[in-house]
Amino acid sequence: MAEVTLRKIVKSYGALEVVHGIDLDIAHNEFVVLVGPSGCGKSTTLRMIAGLEEVSGGEIAIGGRVVNTLPPRARNISMVFQNYALYPHMTVRENLGFSLKIAGRPPAEIDKATDEAAAILGLADYMDRTPGELSGGQRQRVAMGRAIVRHPDVFLFDEPLSNLDAKLRTQMRVEIKKLHQKVKTTIVYVTHDQVEAMTLADRIVIMKDGHIVQTGTPLEVFERPANTFVATFIGSPPMNLVDGVVAGGAVRFAGDVSLPVPPAFRGRVQEGQRVTYGFRADNLMPAGHAMTGIGETAEIDLTIALAEPLGAETILLSELAGVEIQGKMYNPRPVAAGERLSCLLALDHAHLFDAETGASLRT
Amino acid sequence: MSRAMKDRLIWAVTFLVMLIICLPGLWVVLSAFRTNGEILTKPAVWIPQNLTLDNFRAIFGLGENVLAIPVGSYFLNSLVISVTSTVLAVVIGMSGGYAFARHRFPGKSGAFLWLMLSRTVPGIALSLPLFILWSWIGLIDTKLGVIVVYTAINVPFTVWLTEGFFRQVPRDLSEAAQIDGCTPWQAFWKVEFPLARSGIASAGIFAFLTSWNEYALASQLTRSTDSKTLPVGLMDFTAQFTIDWAGMCAMAVIIIIPALILTFLVQKHLIAGLTFGGVKG
Repeated sequence: MAEVTLRKIVKSYGALEVVHGIDLDIAHNEFVVLVGPSGCGKSTTLRMIAGLEEVSGGEIAIGGRVVNTLPPRARNISMVFQNYALYPHMTVRENLGFSLKIAGRPPAEIDKATDEAAAILGLADYMDRTPGELSGGQRQRVAMGRAIVRHPDVFLFDEPLSNLDAKLRTQMRVEIKKLHQKVKTTIVYVTHDQVEAMTLADRIVIMKDGHIVQTGTPLEVFERPANTFVATFIGSPPMNLVDGVVAGGAVRFAGDVSLPVPPAFRGRVQEGQRVTYGFRADNLMPAGHAMTGIGETAEIDLTIALAEPLGAETILLSELAGVEIQGKMYNPRPVAAGERLSCLLALDHAHLFDAETGASLRT
Repeated sequence: MSRAMKDRLIWAVTFLVMLIICLPGLWVVLSAFRTNGEILTKPAVWIPQNLTLDNFRAIFGLGENVLAIPVGSYFLNSLVISVTSTVLAVVIGMSGGYAFARHRFPGKSGAFLWLMLSRTVPGIALSLPLFILWSWIGLIDTKLGVIVVYTAINVPFTVWLTEGFFRQVPRDLSEAAQIDGCTPWQAFWKVEFPLARSGIASAGIFAFLTSWNEYALASQLTRSTDSKTLPVGLMDFTAQFTIDWAGMCAMAVIIIIPALILTFLVQKHLIAGLTFGGVKG
């Protein structure tokens, strides 16, 4: 059993505190993704779990054992680095077997373990090459192979795909997910790419400025964002946010436009309260192009400023109360700029946030 | 101009430049096989009339005329002093280079600047203070005295060269090795050291050649066969009124040979080291 527990983890460099008391429980065999913009403390947190950074405060436990003062080699973890960190002077086989050799395992066992890892990752043909003779994707696989040969308690991934091109990234993403299904292990994965986070994670941990903003399954954070930061960070395109004031069961925006308070928020807002109205492009569509069974809707007339055809759908850019918003047209037809469309907003998927703090008004 | 012509021209120019650079050296080698009479003839005899090994026989005490110069002792002194000071300079310099490349500590840039500035002082300018200090503590005319001086001369350069190489080795590699189960010490020897090897090798060669060829300071600090090195021993060929040019040249050839062999052996590393250093600035 290798659950990872963080208790009030603090990291500071001198007087500068970069991680402010993080609490996180990662279950055995869970795939957890730490995601956030650069500088949010996600990599630092991962490096503290690895033992590469000293913990300034709090407690880290792996499999119930507090590891704060243990060196990396005593934690039974392995890590895949952003730039692979393969040993350039060793062949693929030597790279894969290095940890076992250091541990003093017999050569026969090392060969067996490296061959096994090579088979899982399709590296068998490259065993005698050095890292310099491999492509980016192959290096990435060697880095993962090096991590799996030792059967660690926890896998740590530090932005492993950010050096790959878009196509290879998608491909490796699938491989990482398959790998997790094959070698059941606890995984902590750091990325700034919300698509990676959504597709890979059992549970997403969204971080900002050294704090955890929200923790939940990909669908939870997508459908019930805790605040406007999560709402705009998760999902593409980002959620539309328009400021307004609650007035008689509706939210009134500048320019005398109004939308009904979404069902989930009725009774949770007061007359005159200043709120931010949020909805995703997926839930705003021209009438006649709507999906069926989308529940309660509100109608708005929008002037289209720009249309971006993507093939299966077209992104429509428009303006609501002076704020640029995006909608989607499914089963698209050509749309001209300046065209006026009557659109439907699926209210079940709309959100209200506090205009001051940005926190969701759901709870 | 055709490609072949251009190539030939480049070769011709290269040959000319190399000739100018190498001529004094070639003249020394040539003179080592000639008699003093032929060397001193005026006008000069450009093409040697008869070559002889007598000068080398004399040095090694094999011929009829045996020189009263203890070449064996000088050679041994040179070897002991050069090897010891090189090993010390590489060990100390490598540790320093690694520390400068990897760790943050107060006064780091100042310390590095001081080390580099120490190289701007011509060694000979220190000969008088060194002589006085060494005579106080009894290091004059000892191998140890020379070893200490040569080590001090070589450490700054070794620090500078290896620092660049260690900086080039990504920090991630050491971290990956530690996660793979290495102690920091193992990570250094198994990953970082092999990757910086060409830099360390070239630093070692430079240190060795500096020590092997140094004359100015050694001529002040050494007195007898206990400590005199080969370059200092060259002066034994000068008497009050005569200079044995042929013997001196033969001895110079003997001095050059080990350095030459060493340079050829590690040429590959040396080139990697030098070009790297050039890029690194």
